[in-house]
Amino acid sequence: MSEQKVDAGRRRFLTVATTAAGGVAAAGVATPFLMSFFPSERAKAAGAPVEVDISKLEPGQKINVEWRGKPVWVLSRTPEQLKALPTVNGDVLDPNSEMPMQPAYCQNEFRSIKPEILVAVGICTHLGCSPTYRPDLAPADLGPSWKGGFYCPCHGSKFDLAARVYKGVPAPKNLEIPPHKYLTETRLLVGDDK
Amino acid sequence: MSKGQTIVENASERAADAARPGAGGKVLEWIDARFPLSSSLKAHVTEYYAPKNFNFWYFFGSLAMLVLVIQIVTGIFLTMNYKPDATLAFMSVEYIMRDVSGGWIIRYMHSTGASMFFVVVYLHMFRGLIYGSYKQPRELVWVFGTLIFLALMAEAFMGYLLPWGQMSFWGAQVIVNLFGSLPVIGPDLSVWIRGDYVVSDATLNRFFALHVIAVPLVLLALVVAHLVALHEVGSNNPDGVEIKKLKDENGIPLDGIPFHPYYTVKDVLGVVVFLIVFSAILFFAPEGGGYFLEAPNFDPADPLKTPAHIAPVWYFTPFYAILRAVPSFFGTQVWGVLAMGGAVVLIGLLPWLDKSPVKSIRYRGPKFKVMLTLFIISFIGLGILGAIPSTDVRTVVAQVMSFVYFAFFLAMPFYTKNDVGSTPVPTRVTMSTPARQVRFAILWAVTIIGAALFAMYV
Repeated sequence: MSEQKVDAGRRRFLTVATTAAGGVAAAGVATPFLMSFFPSERAKAAGAPVEVDISKLEPGQKINVEWRGKPVWVLSRTPEQLKALPTVNGDVLDPNSEMPMQPAYCQNEFRSIKPEILVAVGICTHLGCSPTYRPDLAPADLGPSWKGGFYCPCHGSKFDLAARVYKGVPAPKNLEIPPHKYLTETRLLVGDDK
Repeated sequence: MSKGQTIVENASERAADAARPGAGGKVLEWIDARFPLSSSLKAHVTEYYAPKNFNFWYFFGSLAMLVLVIQIVTGIFLTMNYKPDATLAFMSVEYIMRDVSGGWIIRYMHSTGASMFFVVVYLHMFRGLIYGSYKQPRELVWVFGTLIFLALMAEAFMGYLLPWGQMSFWGAQVIVNLFGSLPVIGPDLSVWIRGDYVVSDATLNRFFALHVIAVPLVLLALVVAHLVALHEVGSNNPDGVEIKKLKDENGIPLDGIPFHPYYTVKDVLGVVVFLIVFSAILFFAPEGGGYFLEAPNFDPADPLKTPAHIAPVWYFTPFYAILRAVPSFFGTQVWGVLAMGGAVVLIGLLPWLDKSPVKSIRYRGPKFKVMLTLFIISFIGLGILGAIPSTDVRTVVAQVMSFVYFAFFLAMPFYTKNDVGSTPVPTRVTMSTPARQVRFAILWAVTIIGAALFAMYV
């Protein structure tokens, strides 16, 4: 035995090969554990579209519907509210909705299919709170130039009645307009537009 | 045999008995041959020499251990009645509070313990900051400590989701979305953390698993590493003098006293005072005025409605205020998130940012003292601002204070260099004097009154 020489090169090769093989095995074993953190098939399936009846929605009124666990607002805007929208174009970050926060058919001045009906995901693009509907004009806390819109209580982001974000607030983007379509005049489908 | 002989024999037997170990000693001998019991006790307790000039600030390490034990024990008993299911969780907490015998006290001990954990840990960290305890050779003690702080924040955050109240839900929603703002991987990462597209039952269930088993194991391992590293290099002290440099003929530091009985007795006093405070909160103000348990958390989680004012629990508010103070630009709010993360990471880098030749604030120059004062003001100020709704003025104040927070760390290599006070560092430790005690009381009073005035008028 003592006459045998230690082959350092072979030893190093075996050490490296064993470590590499063990590393690959460890990564393989880690995969199912890491994958288990992703949404399950059941959670994915829960994202089905929802139907909304808007026949009883009065002008100026907003209803919340739940789609994929998120609040979706359906707001019927009054003619005065629609008329006020272009007046804040200078104060909002993305007045022409150039960022991809809406389907192509809602990239217009009202960010909607029908001018008066706004459908938007009521989740602030900052950190996911749900902003409050503030249609009141010039309230004390929001200042004299407030023309109605949404105010996020968490970090003070402001949005107008087309869900466009104001400049200089924490939220970087307009609120998301979900894919939606009208099944009839008064029946709305949220979550699918095909 | 005569009587006389018997007496002599007994006497000699007695002498032999005294030399031999008794029954207890035999058991100890048997164990010591197989497990380092006596030697470990000697190394870490009875012959661990700590500097003799420990003061008030040295209570909080042992108190943190006490709170850890309280949290583990109360936590175990809470899991016996809690249900980690989005449809049952809120009611199971109410069940613990109303129907389980002693349930309310166990639950309030756990929720009060969470806040007290941060109280003692913040004071413990502040001690390290003023006496330079992170400096060479205690860098790893500090790094392990910072990791404990990080693990503690993760533990507290995930634990707060479990009651499934409004603040649990929306707090988790906000914090998980922080990860969503990271470029490229962000959106997928936040879905991965939640296990769903919104905070849901899947999130609650996994946070329960992480809160109850994963993070506590990490926390315990880190506490062991923190203590092993500390006992390897020895404790620092308020003078920042290395007591190991001067030893007597037996190799015992001249300024060292054995941890037991001297500091076990001191710590018992700390424990008694702490438990008085703890019990007072537990029995008279378990919600901590809405800061330990927030009012909206007594409503079950509603994914469609955000409470009017959401704020994190008080111990996260300084970092939350930094997050809120940084505006979004270039179409992303990742900057605030990075600032908040950086604010925590910088704490761990202190050993390498501080270039001062002296450790303790007692022998530092005016530049460090000024910066430290500004830092204390900013940290407390940010803590207050993070707990209240933001206004335009408050945002500007928070931005200034965030700037000071980062300047304290990032400018440290420059202002600590050669910043030495007029009193030279002594060779031996110094003991407390009435003048120091008066100054200590005044500084505490100024801090508390200043914080109260700031909270009232900001």
